[in-house]
Amino acid sequence: MGNFTNPEADLDRFRFRLGFAAICVLIAFCLLLGRFVWLQVIHHNFYQTRAEDNRIALIPIVPNRGVITDRNGVVMAHNYSAFTLEITPAQAGDLEASIDALAEVIDIQPKDRKRFKRLLDEAKNFESIPIRTRLTDSEVAKFAAHRYRFPGIEVKARLFRQYPLASIGSHAVGYIGRITDRDLKWIEDSEKQANYKGTDHVGKTGLEQHYEFELHGETGYEEVEIDAGGRALRSLKRIPPVSGNNLALTLDAKLQEITEQAFGDRKGSLVAIDPKTGGILALVSTPTYDPNLFVDGITPDNWKELNEHPNKPMVNRAINGAYPPGSTFKPFMALAALEMGKRTPQQAISDPGYFNFGNHQFRDDKKGGHGYVDMYKSIVHSCDTYYYMLANDMGIDNISKFMGSLGLGQRTGIDLGKDDSGESKGVLPSQDWKKQRFKKPEQQKWYAGETISIGIGQGYNAYTPIQLAQATATLANNGVMFRPHLVRYLIDTKTGEKRPVEPKPIRDLQWKQSNVDVIRRAMVGVNKEGTGTRAFAGAPYEAAGKTGTAQVFSLKGAQYKESSTKRELRDHALFIAYAPAQDPKIALAVLVENGGFGAQSAAPIARMVIDYYLLGKLPAGAAKEDSSAIEGEAEE
Amino acid sequence: MIDIVGSLRSFWRQLVANIDFPLFFITLAIMGVGLATVYSATFDGNQRVLSQLGNMGIALIVMWFVSRLPPQKLMNFAIPIYIVGIILLVAVFLFGIKVNGAKRWLSLGFTRIQPSEIMKIAMPLMLAWYFQKYEASLKLKHYFVAALLLLIPFALIAKQPDLGTALLVGSAGFYVIFFAGLPWKVIAGLLIATGSAAPILWGMMHDYQRKRILTLIDPSTDPLGAGYHIIQATIAIGSGGAIGKGYLNGTQTHLEFIPEKHTDFIFAVYSEEWGLLGNAVLVVLYTLLIGRGLMIASAAPTTFSRLLAGAITLGFFTYAFINMGMVSGILPVVGVPLPFMSYGGTALVTLFLGIGMLMSIQTHRMLVKK
Repeated sequence: MGNFTNPEADLDRFRFRLGFAAICVLIAFCLLLGRFVWLQVIHHNFYQTRAEDNRIALIPIVPNRGVITDRNGVVMAHNYSAFTLEITPAQAGDLEASIDALAEVIDIQPKDRKRFKRLLDEAKNFESIPIRTRLTDSEVAKFAAHRYRFPGIEVKARLFRQYPLASIGSHAVGYIGRITDRDLKWIEDSEKQANYKGTDHVGKTGLEQHYEFELHGETGYEEVEIDAGGRALRSLKRIPPVSGNNLALTLDAKLQEITEQAFGDRKGSLVAIDPKTGGILALVSTPTYDPNLFVDGITPDNWKELNEHPNKPMVNRAINGAYPPGSTFKPFMALAALEMGKRTPQQAISDPGYFNFGNHQFRDDKKGGHGYVDMYKSIVHSCDTYYYMLANDMGIDNISKFMGSLGLGQRTGIDLGKDDSGESKGVLPSQDWKKQRFKKPEQQKWYAGETISIGIGQGYNAYTPIQLAQATATLANNGVMFRPHLVRYLIDTKTGEKRPVEPKPIRDLQWKQSNVDVIRRAMVGVNKEGTGTRAFAGAPYEAAGKTGTAQVFSLKGAQYKESSTKRELRDHALFIAYAPAQDPKIALAVLVENGGFGAQSAAPIARMVIDYYLLGKLPAGAAKEDSSAIEGEAEE
Repeated sequence: MIDIVGSLRSFWRQLVANIDFPLFFITLAIMGVGLATVYSATFDGNQRVLSQLGNMGIALIVMWFVSRLPPQKLMNFAIPIYIVGIILLVAVFLFGIKVNGAKRWLSLGFTRIQPSEIMKIAMPLMLAWYFQKYEASLKLKHYFVAALLLLIPFALIAKQPDLGTALLVGSAGFYVIFFAGLPWKVIAGLLIATGSAAPILWGMMHDYQRKRILTLIDPSTDPLGAGYHIIQATIAIGSGGAIGKGYLNGTQTHLEFIPEKHTDFIFAVYSEEWGLLGNAVLVVLYTLLIGRGLMIASAAPTTFSRLLAGAITLGFFTYAFINMGMVSGILPVVGVPLPFMSYGGTALVTLFLGIGMLMSIQTHRMLVKK
């Protein structure tokens, strides 16, 4: 009864509430519009960018790596197109299951899966990742027949690096391999990481590593519109890649091949240089290896075999093997004596077959000695006593100074490997060197007796074949010295322009011509009437040379080794030469590990190389190990 | 001739006798925009325009039938529909099908139905009927009974869990109670109580519901998970700018960055392609729709029809506001379609049931007065 309601009042109240609701609706919608203004006007640019980032992916296009050819245009490294089987993870669904199913059609090794997993972690969703490389034609056909079963898996053509000459010149050319963390650091330190997006191979050694940033080229890219699932829908823009620069080498591939064959199964090294430019004609280190093994990731078995082989095929002896030069040191000693006024050419000694210093007797190889020996004879017959005395007269620091000016005991700066680290310095003995080399004060002191054997290229002396070859080339070129290098010019693939690498001389030692001529005459004599006679018999040109035998000993060990038939303990054979003597076109240094006397195994190889280079043919009778080396040659 | 023209004219008059043209054309305009947007959202995939046109046809027929029923008839449906709805919700609770961790559907063998959808209409009908019945003797206790009638289905739906629908059903009921004259003091008290109960509610929430609220506050905490939808939708809206990227040119839409793009997130598609300008037009259309609804409520002759019209109209507002607020990142993601825009038959039919009732109320008011 008291709840009597008035319909008019009710209606008014209702309409008031309707009005209240209407206001609430308007406020709410204004709030929404405010939000839209916030998003679409005030922060429009931000969201615009986000939307663009969302939809556009940059897909790198890897450039073609530069081609490496020898001086005659013979291809030593190039790229070939091969089929790979690639998975685009975003489209493939369950990857494990897809790969398992795929394995029933195409042979997939555990290592393929491992590599795929590793790449998957690094890659973006929309990029395709290889599960198998180098498919055979029949595998491609087989997959094509089953293709409908594998969405997101496709056959793609990719470029692979190939070394057509395989093991020939491998120590010079080097190889490429997958980018590791260390390589990545190198690339980042060089601020090249942007250019390496999409690239998965990098030069690991040799020219491939030294000229990495020339060979690589500029990565192009494609702007691709992608959807939320990472599928590429269409291309918006394409910036084509620029192929890497080609390398034209100074190296002669045929000469290289012949030289490697001449070594046979012997370990050793040969470096042949054009003395007028420093261009390397052949750079041999045996045994070699096939660089093609590395391109696609070397198998553990192959890696183990190469790395653990006692002959160490992976070591580039030409730049990393340091050997005592033995008697090949003598012409340089003689020249040093002339230049420093310590000897005249005519000044002679009477060689009793030994040299006494203190209470130690340094013996000559020839029992009873060479008798009357002047400079000419000291080189032609490789008289030790002459150089014992000379070394003693000169003193270690004079020797060290002269040899240092020839580049011995220093990195030559050859264009192999990354910066300098690939090349060994060797040992140029001096008082300073000894101070730095040893810790204990009594070891740091240089003893005058130590200088004596330095004179015949023994003792602490240890040089790389490339250093010896450079010194020989400098000798051949009358003291004008070049940096040894393998690349003649770079060819810009964009413009076709050739950029020569042939350098200006790094140094002119300004030797007296008459002094150089004395040494030349003596070295020609070596091949005419001395230790190199046999090897150079019948050569239609005049060749200057010097044999050498380096005793195999360690710095810490005794000076004399027991002679032994065991090959590993036999002396290293050396030979340096240049020809033609009057107008040298080739200078070289040969080293045959455990090859015995230089004349026996090293000189014949030098003869072959020079013959082939100067005459275009091999000497009659191949340069096998000359087992009938005669006693006269034992004079070294 | 004249006869034919005359009979055609009288047929037409009969046909549209119960159509409220302002309401009809506003909804048609929103549906037109919706259809165009559904086309854009699906043209590069599974095209949905034709089936949405079918849905619209069915919905319009439903509207036409309902509009012809006088409000007294509608009142008769209130109790049966409400009771059937409650029974079905209990059945869902007992025998429902679980999909994605939520029990919302009931299998009828040949098809599945979602009973909570019925409650969107049954709730305001029932409460409007209730207040009409006790119109003359309204006491505070009646508000409590009404609240109980509201809370039972609300709890059942929230338990499924389906927070979005529960909120819509709950709000529809609340609007009736509000228009019926719930004292302001009680409303204020409820607001304070809700505020202080928030921590308790938080404790009762499911993990996924909490996550939604957390990611709303900072979507970037979970950019690939729960925050992804919000981030992508706001990018779409924001990148649309003042005038949009142009019809069919929304990159977020066509590159599949927008989830549920033809249903719950259709507003992002529209907003990306039409920009702030398009948004303003749409908001104006909704404002007109709501305005017309409130006018009908205001002119309605009986308590039942007033309350029903007011609640239905504010229901449209609630749908539109929650959806646009959710898509633009100021409200949590709940499954609420954008009225008359989103693809989907059930929602459209429910909406046009509401429109039909509004038309019925509007066109039958003269008869009541007579």
